[in-house]
Amino acid sequence: MAGPVLEMRSIVKTFPGVKALSDVTLTVQQGEVHAICGENGAGKSTLMKVLSGVHPHGSYEGEILFEGEVCRFKDIRASEHHGIVIIHQELALSPYLSLAENIFLGNEHAKRGFINWNLTLRHATELLRRVGLNDHPETRVADIGVGKQQLVEIAKALSKKVKLLILDEPTAALNDEDSEKLLDLILELKKQGITSIIISHKLNEIRRVADSVTILRDGQTIETLDVKAAETTEDRIISGMVGRDLEHRFPERTPHHAEEGAAPALEIRDWTVHHPIDQQRKVVDDVSIHARRGEIVGIAGLMGAGRTELAMSVFGRAYGRHAAGTVLKDGREIRTKSVAEAVGHGIAYVTEDRKHYGLNLIDTINRNISLSALGKVARRGIVDEHEERQVAEGYRTSMNIKAPTVFEPVGKLSGGNQQKVVLSKWIFAGPDVLILDEPTRGIDVGAKFEIYTVIDKLAAEGKAIVFISSELPELLGMCDRIYTMAAGRLTGEFSRAEATQEVLMRQMTKDKEVTR
Amino acid sequence: MSTDVTNVPAEAPPGKDGSGGSGENLLRVMLDGLRQNMRQYGMLLALGLIVVLFAVWTDGQLLLPRNVSNLVLQNSYILILAIGMMLVIIAGHIDLSVGSLTAFVGAFAAVLMVEHDVAWPVALLLCLVVGAVAGSVQGFLIAYLGIPSFIVTLAGMLLFRGLTEILLEGQTLGPFPDGLQKVGNGFLPEVGPTTNYHNITLLLGLAVIVFVVLQEIRDRKRQQEFTLDVLPAKLFVLKLVALVAAVLTVTMLLASYKGAPIVLLILGALVVGYGYVMRNAVFGRHIYAIGGNLPAAKLSGVKDKKVTFYVFLNMGMLAALAGLVVAARLNAASPKAGLSFELEAIASSFIGGASMSGGVGTVLGAIIGGLVLGVLNNGMNLLSVGTDWQQVIKGLALLAAVGFDVWNKRKVGS
Repeated sequence: MAGPVLEMRSIVKTFPGVKALSDVTLTVQQGEVHAICGENGAGKSTLMKVLSGVHPHGSYEGEILFEGEVCRFKDIRASEHHGIVIIHQELALSPYLSLAENIFLGNEHAKRGFINWNLTLRHATELLRRVGLNDHPETRVADIGVGKQQLVEIAKALSKKVKLLILDEPTAALNDEDSEKLLDLILELKKQGITSIIISHKLNEIRRVADSVTILRDGQTIETLDVKAAETTEDRIISGMVGRDLEHRFPERTPHHAEEGAAPALEIRDWTVHHPIDQQRKVVDDVSIHARRGEIVGIAGLMGAGRTELAMSVFGRAYGRHAAGTVLKDGREIRTKSVAEAVGHGIAYVTEDRKHYGLNLIDTINRNISLSALGKVARRGIVDEHEERQVAEGYRTSMNIKAPTVFEPVGKLSGGNQQKVVLSKWIFAGPDVLILDEPTRGIDVGAKFEIYTVIDKLAAEGKAIVFISSELPELLGMCDRIYTMAAGRLTGEFSRAEATQEVLMRQMTKDKEVTR
Repeated sequence: MSTDVTNVPAEAPPGKDGSGGSGENLLRVMLDGLRQNMRQYGMLLALGLIVVLFAVWTDGQLLLPRNVSNLVLQNSYILILAIGMMLVIIAGHIDLSVGSLTAFVGAFAAVLMVEHDVAWPVALLLCLVVGAVAGSVQGFLIAYLGIPSFIVTLAGMLLFRGLTEILLEGQTLGPFPDGLQKVGNGFLPEVGPTTNYHNITLLLGLAVIVFVVLQEIRDRKRQQEFTLDVLPAKLFVLKLVALVAAVLTVTMLLASYKGAPIVLLILGALVVGYGYVMRNAVFGRHIYAIGGNLPAAKLSGVKDKKVTFYVFLNMGMLAALAGLVVAARLNAASPKAGLSFELEAIASSFIGGASMSGGVGTVLGAIIGGLVLGVLNNGMNLLSVGTDWQQVIKGLALLAAVGFDVWNKRKVGS
């Protein structure tokens, strides 16, 4: 190999309250495919955003050397000018423009502001060929599948004379066949001399295309391994991804031993859900789980495993199409076709995305807390504001929500305090079953401990808790039983005693072929 | 963020007696409230300023009892529409059809009463029903079929305008029975000894004052019962005095002319009623919730479609009421009635603190916004400013109000 094309040295990136990257170093050799892996939140995407200028020079510390030169990108255009192109998880194509228009968006073949369509179409056709697409360049992006759209993104990158292509979880939304095609293309581009960085959770993919892999954990570089070397096994990568100490980060729990005989508080049987747009794709595939009163049941899985989709589709069909299966509450089948029905049956879902799905950020703490159970502080449709305020004051004290008054807009609170408001809201609704989706995402360690304590207390009060998380230590520290999911399927179930990070990660990174 | 909430030390739970130690806390609440409602308080101040300016420029004509009375009559229908529009905008929608709908209902009323001699109370009820039906059809299309409100009501605007002309065959139809005319132009009847003032209006003003004071005291007691912080006694008295003075001034002004216009009573009832619903009713809360964050509201079990539907049904009914008031006031139904009323109502809402993205605003704000426009109109008429310049100035007022708010929010930082 011809030496490093990219060196990122001691990168530190801080967001208000959180250190996303602390001292990350990454070296990519000329002409290789370099994989980056790590748990959700390890800092992979942030690192790539630093590299591509999404986080401009000056907002981070450290040095970037590309082709031997020190780079200070002030925006994406600057990094693209050097031939560094990033393709994000969420594709950045304009759906109602044609393939050709998308490929040259912001980079049009134009003279004095007028587009030369002949040149555009000819050039677009060539680029589409190179990525293996035979579609007409005037086809609308909305009319082709996600797999092809991914290829169009790559064609767009090629049009910018890409030297270093960054793909952020490129196969997360693709089916097996499209994934294969994409991986082949990456290898093909490698032959043409294009260096790639690929962020992926799927270890078999990494083994297939990557030359080396860098493992990140908690915003730090752990190690870089040569994928082709014999000692680099999947287990080796997994242990790099997970290793860390677990002491004193969780409240002392007496593990719950479910009484046999009593029906579980929540049971989901043979649950299948299809993608809301790509309706052929099963996002959740024949999953059956249950949770008993007083039990904390974990669901482990990486991005795209279908955990959130499972929870949201059960909770009032809030996600997906053609949901099929049975939901039982205390052994009796219930209807959960609307959120109101689910809440009425004593089920609560605390979302992973509190800003978009959990809170009305412009409204106050007290009004957010009461929203899902306004009836409790209202008589004949009229809210008793004093009682509402008293309820909110109660939660402000008991949950230790740090805000001067309950009339503070929740948008002004820190992430941890916002999470406490969301939890208060659903505790106030008085459910028997709480589905908690990534309840500690994006909050600091101290607030995490407080939230663990609350969860523990809720279980002790006899509520059934379903705990969805990407952080294995937290699942191991809190749960009585843990399910693992991968690619929409249930891949395992472990008791507290059986579960270790390595065992879980192995089931979480399992792909479909392996399961069979 | 300007305030780092995370670093505020955890406070002791509120004192059981509801008094000690929380004064500082309360001051902060009040300041915060002031800052957050800057647009509304700012507009209240602006309204005061505009009133004073025009009072000076017109040598006091603006505040002559007759003119105040006129001001109420002239603006009542815009204010009625502004209340409904505020709800629509808080829910995250817009309604462009209300101007045409007022004209249509006016025409319908004329056809019923002038051509078919239907008794006016019956006709009035029928008109409200027609408005509600029109609103609910639009509401259905928006809420359940998911057609954007801008499109549905733009269609409604054209459609109802056309139907009005068809109904009236291009003619102006009138006059209306006396009973209905009273609704638009009438005043409270007078009884008792001759004084320099209108007796019933004085009594009514007194009743309002007693009601307001009692309500405030009751509210304070309730708060203490729930061991919540209350305003310190001095501030509370100050608040009561200010409220009483405001009511008294308006009462005296109206009472020294012909008394309180009937429309004002209707309007007053609407403001109190809708203000209460938006503040205290579950339905009102749900409107704020769907406007503030629709996905979060859905996931909280709010029946968003039903709420949207009723918001538009309500708008239709209020538009019908406004249509009746306009028709009664002009004593005729005209194909050109209600032209650009929807824009005035929308402008009132935005001046009064609504946000384009929904979730924010109050009924009182809509009224303040409407009054700002109304006083501008009236004052400029008194100064005989042409309608050309009136439009220019009203446009600038809207820009200034919203621009100020945007600027203020950016300064506060978020």
